[in-house]
Amino acid sequence: MEQKHEHHHDHDEHGSELSEMQLRVRALETVLIEKGYVDPEALDAVIEAYETKVGPHIGARIVAKAWSDLSFKRALLDDGTKAVRSLGVINRVSDHLIAVENTPKLHNMIVCTLCSCYPWEVLGLPPVWYKSAPYRSRAVNDPRGVLSDFGVMLPADTAIRVWDSTAETRFIVLPMRPNGTEGWSEEKLAGLVTRDSMIGSGLPKQPSKVA
Amino acid sequence: MDGVHDMGGMHGFGKVEPEPNEPVFHDDWERRLHALHRAMNSTGVWVIDHARFAREQLPPAVYLASTYYKRWELGMEKLLADFGLVGPDELAAGHALRPGKALKRKLTAADVPITRGPFSRPPQAPARFKPGDRVRTKNIHPTTHTRLPRYARNRIGVIEVVRGCHVFPDTVAIGKGEDPQWLYTVLFDGRELWGENAEPSLKVSIEAFEPYLEPA
Repeated sequence: MEQKHEHHHDHDEHGSELSEMQLRVRALETVLIEKGYVDPEALDAVIEAYETKVGPHIGARIVAKAWSDLSFKRALLDDGTKAVRSLGVINRVSDHLIAVENTPKLHNMIVCTLCSCYPWEVLGLPPVWYKSAPYRSRAVNDPRGVLSDFGVMLPADTAIRVWDSTAETRFIVLPMRPNGTEGWSEEKLAGLVTRDSMIGSGLPKQPSKVA
Repeated sequence: MDGVHDMGGMHGFGKVEPEPNEPVFHDDWERRLHALHRAMNSTGVWVIDHARFAREQLPPAVYLASTYYKRWELGMEKLLADFGLVGPDELAAGHALRPGKALKRKLTAADVPITRGPFSRPPQAPARFKPGDRVRTKNIHPTTHTRLPRYARNRIGVIEVVRGCHVFPDTVAIGKGEDPQWLYTVLFDGRELWGENAEPSLKVSIEAFEPYLEPA
């Protein structure tokens, strides 16, 4: 049941719930505006920010910079918030951002089993699967199974480390730089960095796929 | 609380289903609701753990059958009622029936994108643990909000990193103040959590507040 509802289906299947939600949210918005609690212009700005400005392209720039600049990479792993602020890619990233590095021997995955905590400021809003019961339940005890749902097979000797985001610390995975990208610009490298590779449910694109 | 929101390790939910080219929002009401929720969070009437606790208290069958944003909507209706900001009669009518209360802050377009937190606070005491210390998580089952997941209770782990002193969700969510506590990344072996059949290489960490831990 959960899976069905969490996963997006076409409108026909969910027609009654959608219209119910549309009505509820419309009533909520009207009441909150009439009471003076919310400013309609601020609402539009929030929507516009997440639809057009804040997204995984920010994380991809951070990762590409770390792949290209060893001192930035060290700074990022030492203090994610401070390092990202120094880049100026977003107006001001919040405190408690933590970058964790994948290596040939270690693969990191991020989850929030209790709700759906996610590093919004560097990855945008989380995909539906990240917020779904299958991911929240299985990431901590069957991460290889979860990876196989994404078509990802890791070598057997790569250990898996799962980070459960149970506080206000927020995690971003620093994936491994693909081979065959020597001499690439940061911009070109950023094109290899997928959202899922920064959650740990995926890997960066191979250079042959984008060249 | 030991609710259905605490999903780590549960079975039976099936496969993860990635959605190719997923849009940021799937319907217009999700767009509006996301913005309304952010705007109301920014008023400072409640904090993030109030909002989490409100969703955790949804009836289990409702929680499981609702999408993420539907949970947000239902949780927000509860918060608005609990904090005396909007009555259920007003939501049913679709219009304000009484004047609004004066709030500390109101989100403006200039505040967007919103910066969260910070959640760190001056410590009340020195940190009890340091990296490398062995700890056992407590076997607690509060009926109120907690961020210690069930699968990681009464388990032995190692302090990996001290993250500073942060607002304590367990007290702030029930109106008992921020009561700042040291926050640690605690690392567990997969077999300590899941038994002998666990993936041999698996390690799982949680972010654990000091009151969840005792020396092991």
